[in-house]
Amino acid sequence: MSKYDQLIKDLGPRKFSLKGKLWVALLLAVIVAGIIAYVDQLIEGQVVTNMRDYVLWGVYISNFVFFVATSFVAAVVVAALRLTKNEWRRPFVRMAQIVALACIIMAGITIIIDMARPDRMMNLFIHARLQSPITWDVIIIPTFIVVSLLLLYFPLLGDLAILRDHYSETNKKLSKIYGFFAMKWRWSEQQIKLQGKSIRLLVLMIIPLGLILESIDAYLFSTTYRVGWNSTNFGPYFISGAMVSGLGALITVVYIVRKNKQLQNYITEYHFDKIGKLFNLTCLIYVYFNINEYLVPLFTAKKGESEHLETLLRGEFAIPFWIVTLAGLVFPAILLMFQRFRKPRPLYLIAIVVVLGAWWKRYLIVTPTLLHPYLPIQGVPENWHHYFPSVHEWLITGATLAMALLIITLLIRYVPVISIDRLAEEEAERLTSEKKAAA
Amino acid sequence: MDENTKDTRRKFLNNGWKLGLASIVGGAALTHLKEGFAFETKGPAGEKMELMDVDGNIIEVDPIDMEEVDLEQVTHNVRRGIPGRKFTMVVDLAKCQNALACQRSCNKHHFVTGDNAWLKVYKMQETEDTSPYWMPTLCMHCDQPACVTVCPVDATFKREDGLVLIDNDRCVGCRFCMAACPYSTRVFNWNEPKQEFEMNMDMVEEMHSPEHAGMPSIKGTVDKCDFCPHQAEKGELPHCVTACPNGVFYFGDKNEDVVTNGNETVRLSKLLEENAGYRLFEDLGTEPSVYYLPPKDRLPFEEGLENYNEFQSVEKPDVP
Repeated sequence: MSKYDQLIKDLGPRKFSLKGKLWVALLLAVIVAGIIAYVDQLIEGQVVTNMRDYVLWGVYISNFVFFVATSFVAAVVVAALRLTKNEWRRPFVRMAQIVALACIIMAGITIIIDMARPDRMMNLFIHARLQSPITWDVIIIPTFIVVSLLLLYFPLLGDLAILRDHYSETNKKLSKIYGFFAMKWRWSEQQIKLQGKSIRLLVLMIIPLGLILESIDAYLFSTTYRVGWNSTNFGPYFISGAMVSGLGALITVVYIVRKNKQLQNYITEYHFDKIGKLFNLTCLIYVYFNINEYLVPLFTAKKGESEHLETLLRGEFAIPFWIVTLAGLVFPAILLMFQRFRKPRPLYLIAIVVVLGAWWKRYLIVTPTLLHPYLPIQGVPENWHHYFPSVHEWLITGATLAMALLIITLLIRYVPVISIDRLAEEEAERLTSEKKAAA
Repeated sequence: MDENTKDTRRKFLNNGWKLGLASIVGGAALTHLKEGFAFETKGPAGEKMELMDVDGNIIEVDPIDMEEVDLEQVTHNVRRGIPGRKFTMVVDLAKCQNALACQRSCNKHHFVTGDNAWLKVYKMQETEDTSPYWMPTLCMHCDQPACVTVCPVDATFKREDGLVLIDNDRCVGCRFCMAACPYSTRVFNWNEPKQEFEMNMDMVEEMHSPEHAGMPSIKGTVDKCDFCPHQAEKGELPHCVTACPNGVFYFGDKNEDVVTNGNETVRLSKLLEENAGYRLFEDLGTEPSVYYLPPKDRLPFEEGLENYNEFQSVEKPDVP
């Protein structure tokens, strides 16, 4: 199958370079440190965190929200662009699926880390109560994990079979592994038909599922009597934020992969320009919902609410708030309007800043509200009046981020980052149509 | 048996605190003595003891072969509540002087060892122009409890007698209830609670129930004021009510329309009507079971300042 050789060489599995090995080692080190910290948390209790009775949710929850948000990227890039027949999505699809899968898996793990009694996790099923938003999460997150996994896996079958055949002589063991996952794929008509049907169904499912996932994430907050959370704006606000952080993460990953694998011919400036425009649109939508969330309420805010807004706009959290809002959202939204900022490198730099901003943004959604209960904070130690994550929390949070990156890294290492099967097919189609034209 | 002992026994049974007796008796006859059996001791130790078995026959057993077990007999369903009751509290802000006896008593009887008391006395002042006052808060035992709505595992539940309680054996520690409570009344066991009991620990484990919160507290679960159903069961008032030197707290039954602070017993409706009673954050629609009487003609506010400590609500033993 010589027609695949060049594609496999460019896109297929490639052994880690020294840099790649160091990167994986670094991730593993961070993960091990986090696991040690987590074991300590299991033994000592959540006392090792800096969460207390007032700030009862901290960086674990905001990190969870970040993961959930970022996992929305599959719904946007894979599904929405497919349904709108945007062909430029092709080089991004596989990596979007990988990012989404890694993030939703880590979201599931992160929420368990926040639970003080993970030993009683089965209670969530045994004694489940349907009116609790947590139960909704218990239903939607595993569903989304399965759908994301299948959405990555089904389109991958052809590639796995190509790799199975490719390695059949040179590397028997690897060929066997790819063969196992390829599930006897032989491009038979029936298989292709079934695959096409399944993917269409998954694509149709992932959009409503993604919207539900993000909304439930918002409802975790907006179903409480809390100033700053109890907002009808929260559902769409979270969905628009999810589009921003998901696309930001995807662009970052794509740029790095493109650079390391020398994929300039496959992911061109045209593609970056296109995704940059989409990114710009999502940023602008998010700006709009931020205006609804932070500026409009200023006019009629009740006392508690205006105090809360005050701490964000001018008080304790003003510096991070404005950095996140301006550098992480408003400036990118403006810059991306200009074509030269949608070139690969500037777009990548903007995307990194946006992702960092998106992470801190979740922190600013969770913490300040908890410091503004209806009754004043009294009768508790002075350090309960503030919150900053403890070393344990940073180590564990760092480990969850490292795990997400490790999943992404390993998948990119072993799986073609752009569908070889699909590219070969397109190439064949092009050739036949050229022949026809010539004839 | 003579009449006298029968009467005593009947009284004993009627008290609601029936004593059970499990015994290890030689022979096959009595391997399964369960709670609810009455027993009585006759004469000094060493003599035979009379027991009644399931069929009502009196049998004689050597006390050496017996082991006494204190089994609390709960006559009602812990999740459904005491039938016919609707527990209510009224807090008279005019009488509160931040003496904090309520808090100390609550901390003691619920073995509160954390840093955040379940009962707190807030120093309140709405605006600069209005006067300050002391406001004790505890769990409001809302009729529309936000905490119960969001609990994913039914660990915190609402009973027919009005109480909102926590099953600490079921709680998964997600803290959603704490986020949902607008009264910030819930506290969390962030670490292994360092409680000390006079009884041995096995005994405590045996007895612990949502009806006596904090006994014992369990790491990684939520605690809060339970309105002391263990006291109500005995026909006694909650610890904060009896401890208060100023009679701030009135506790009672809304169905009977009666509340008492230990000194005076009054009609609930009349008390609320005459003193313009209100509830905290009525506009949230949580329907609390705790009413407040406004701090009109109150005891001097300043005297309470002596006891005021912004950063402490649970006294800690001095660590050398």
